[in-house]
Amino acid sequence: MTTSAAGDRPGDAAPLLEVSDLVVHHGQLQALEAISLQVFPGEVYAIIGANGAGKSTLLRTIAGLHQPTTGSVRLDGTDVTSLRPEHRARQGIVMVPEGRRLFGSLSVEENLKVGATYGRPGPWTIDRVQEMFGWMRDRRSQRAGQLSGGEQQAVAIGRALVANPRVLLLDELSLGLAPVVVQRIYGMLPQILATGLTVLLVEQDVSQALRVASRIHCLLEGRTTLEGRPDSVTAAQVEAAYFGLAAAGAGQRGERSEA
Amino acid sequence: MVWVNAIVQGVLTGGLYALFACGLSLMFGVMKVVNLAHGDLAVVACYIAIGIIAATHVPVLWSFVIVVPVMGVLGYVLQRTIIQSALDRGVLTTLIVTFGLSVVIENGLLEFFTANTRGIGTGLSLVTSSFSLGSQIQIAYLAVVIFAVAVVVLLGLQYFLSASKYGRLIRAVADDKEAAQLAGADYRHVFGIAAAIAFGTVALAGVAYGMSAQVDPTAGTDTILLFAFAAVVIGGLGSLWGTLLGGVVLGVAQQIGAQINISDEILAGYLVFLAVLVLRPQGLTTRRAQS
Amino acid sequence: MSLAMETTARSSGQFRVTRSRRNVAWTGAGAVIVVVVLALFPFIFYSGTTTILVQAFIVLTLSSMWNLLAGYAGLVSVGQQAFVGLGAYFVLILALHGTSPFAALPVAAIGCGVAALPLWWLVSRLRSGYFAIATWVLASAIMLVIERFSSLGSGTGLPLPGLAGLSPSLLSAYTYWAGLAVTVVALAAMYLLLRGRLGLVLTAIRDDEVAARSSGARVGLARLLVFVVAGAGCGAAGAVLAISQLQVQPTAVFSVQWTAEMAFATIIGGLGTIEGPIIGTAVFILLQQTLASYNAWYLIVLGLVAIVVALFARRGLWGLVDARLHVRLFPVGYWLRLGEDADRARRTRRRRTSAFPA
Repeated sequence: MTTSAAGDRPGDAAPLLEVSDLVVHHGQLQALEAISLQVFPGEVYAIIGANGAGKSTLLRTIAGLHQPTTGSVRLDGTDVTSLRPEHRARQGIVMVPEGRRLFGSLSVEENLKVGATYGRPGPWTIDRVQEMFGWMRDRRSQRAGQLSGGEQQAVAIGRALVANPRVLLLDELSLGLAPVVVQRIYGMLPQILATGLTVLLVEQDVSQALRVASRIHCLLEGRTTLEGRPDSVTAAQVEAAYFGLAAAGAGQRGERSEA
Repeated sequence: MVWVNAIVQGVLTGGLYALFACGLSLMFGVMKVVNLAHGDLAVVACYIAIGIIAATHVPVLWSFVIVVPVMGVLGYVLQRTIIQSALDRGVLTTLIVTFGLSVVIENGLLEFFTANTRGIGTGLSLVTSSFSLGSQIQIAYLAVVIFAVAVVVLLGLQYFLSASKYGRLIRAVADDKEAAQLAGADYRHVFGIAAAIAFGTVALAGVAYGMSAQVDPTAGTDTILLFAFAAVVIGGLGSLWGTLLGGVVLGVAQQIGAQINISDEILAGYLVFLAVLVLRPQGLTTRRAQS
Repeated sequence: MSLAMETTARSSGQFRVTRSRRNVAWTGAGAVIVVVVLALFPFIFYSGTTTILVQAFIVLTLSSMWNLLAGYAGLVSVGQQAFVGLGAYFVLILALHGTSPFAALPVAAIGCGVAALPLWWLVSRLRSGYFAIATWVLASAIMLVIERFSSLGSGTGLPLPGLAGLSPSLLSAYTYWAGLAVTVVALAAMYLLLRGRLGLVLTAIRDDEVAARSSGARVGLARLLVFVVAGAGCGAAGAVLAISQLQVQPTAVFSVQWTAEMAFATIIGGLGTIEGPIIGTAVFILLQQTLASYNAWYLIVLGLVAIVVALFARRGLWGLVDARLHVRLFPVGYWLRLGEDADRARRTRRRRTSAFPA
């Protein structure tokens, strides 16, 4: 049930991040079935899907926290599938994990310093991050565990940015945050992209994803059900892909090839 | 005045206990490992010092310079190999492996050095003499020096943890090792550094102890491990100064117990430890209760 | 299709849950025969052999209890020597008041079980590492308290009265049978407990404590029961120890070496299996006898082997055997059979998850 709309690949540029036929298991259960995707430089690539569809598993596998059964992850042509997560981070795949996961007993500034410890040279510095999030400079000595959800999310993103990643992975940014806070955070994306980063994000809020993404990828029960540009897929297609219901309308559904 | 003397002795002993305990506290705080062989490492360091002094006739104080780094390196290696393997397999395995190490070390020492007690004879008048405060308080110079060393070490450790790159990494990994990985840190290496510090400090404590008392192979568990852990628990995990406080409370409790009945010294310490475990398991300095 | 989808896709009528019952009858008969043969030993062998076997019985009982604690309830206790000592002293106290030590044995076991209750109250809320050290501190504290009583011999202990009237061969035979009886009762009790509800609850806790609690399992009660039973078992072993040594010395009966021996034997044999302690005890006795003249070496070797086993062969020697032959002498598990024809084609065995919860 994979639907690809026409004209959705951005030209002939080589993909920065390439996932090929990724099969992932949690013990005996199969979480992902032969997932493939390509993220091109400067894109915002969004992975959407219902709870349990495998979105976070995919992101975590790309980050290296989970080993795939088969398949590969390539960064700029180099196979990184066998690299431990810390080495992938040093290569430029940096993830902002689900639930923020700040170092609670460290201060805001210390969190950023840790993020920068193994970072690459680049435009993002601790100063620049603190500038982008105006409140951070004044509160930089505050314990990260005492911040609000939105503030923690900002620090988590900042911690990833100071490493000057090539691909920034964002796992469920909106989880547990008020809509206005989510908007504000996603509003920072253009600034982030302007410095040459590429973003791969997982988002439960479909409309939010459709607003910011240059391409979307829908998962259902570990399988790809939709892939394409937001402006070239209809709401009905997205709904069908998301929920796995039989979609109305001809020519919109292709038979899934046998796995 | 006898009681004041008891309290003073207890406070000074508390410094040594804190020195024993800070490594245990670090390993537990960072890696969630209760190293049951912790005390035996101090005894090993002591025996190494005795051996080096006997073989090379270096001045006694040089033994610190040799033994502490050696034990530190040993700590890093042991952590990266055996202890990490055990950690990967779970808490039960870690306890069993460290317990196994403790038994192997103790019995190994028994085999090679017999059960006779030994000490590090310094020949320095500093070690054996004492001064008086008033008529009933007798303070050994060595005890004061050890207390001072303990405070200096704790200060240094505190500074290292709060201001240095690796100190930050250690605290970060202790909070969330997966998030630290995502930030590019190899937590196994950071664990190794923490273990190296733990082994180094307990070696320092062991050699100091060997100068002030006689050691035998079973001292690691009989006297050191349980006292070190008691100091950590009483003071509260997560605070080095809490460990000092815990050591002092333990020392004072023991001395007061000894005043009541000379053979109750150790028991008194245990009773205070058990009381804290039951009534305030988070210790005296930690505000939040351990879940 | 994933396992979860597969099992939910079929109707429940196609499931059968059966006890892994295949070899119980054989095992039961075999066990009875073994016990009878063992009981005849005093008539066949000199007391040198039976003395070694008494040691084996003590270690086997202790190992089974430690296995129950660590392998099934997830409680790593480094203080079981407290109960060994208490059991020995119970016998001593009763013997000092005129009771035959053999008659005192069951009382000692029960007494230790009762003593386990307040001790559990002290340590029950502690987790893993804290729990381990707390039990060690408790054992040391109990020893120090007992050493205060000069009526019990203070630090040097006392010889055990009440056995002077027996001839040496009769004494050694009675001691042997006492040890055998304690071991048989301990193993039987453990087997029956684990085969029943307690076994299910313990395995559930081992797999996922939160899930176990929320499905109604009385986790705290299960652990308490295990702690009490282990206390009674170790106490009984301590009583046999007192009888076999003919004296009770605090540093000997409260030595942490007992925990070392029972822990290592269990781990080498196979933590979390009932058969494990039997194999482990055999290895232990073998090592002890072979290295007897080398003092502490057997403990060093035992410790090293235990470390290696814990890291690389987590289910011990029995685990290695079990993995190849799928044999269970003491079956306590269940088989999940999917449909009638699946019996032959595909057996989905209830996964024996690791005894070492991560």
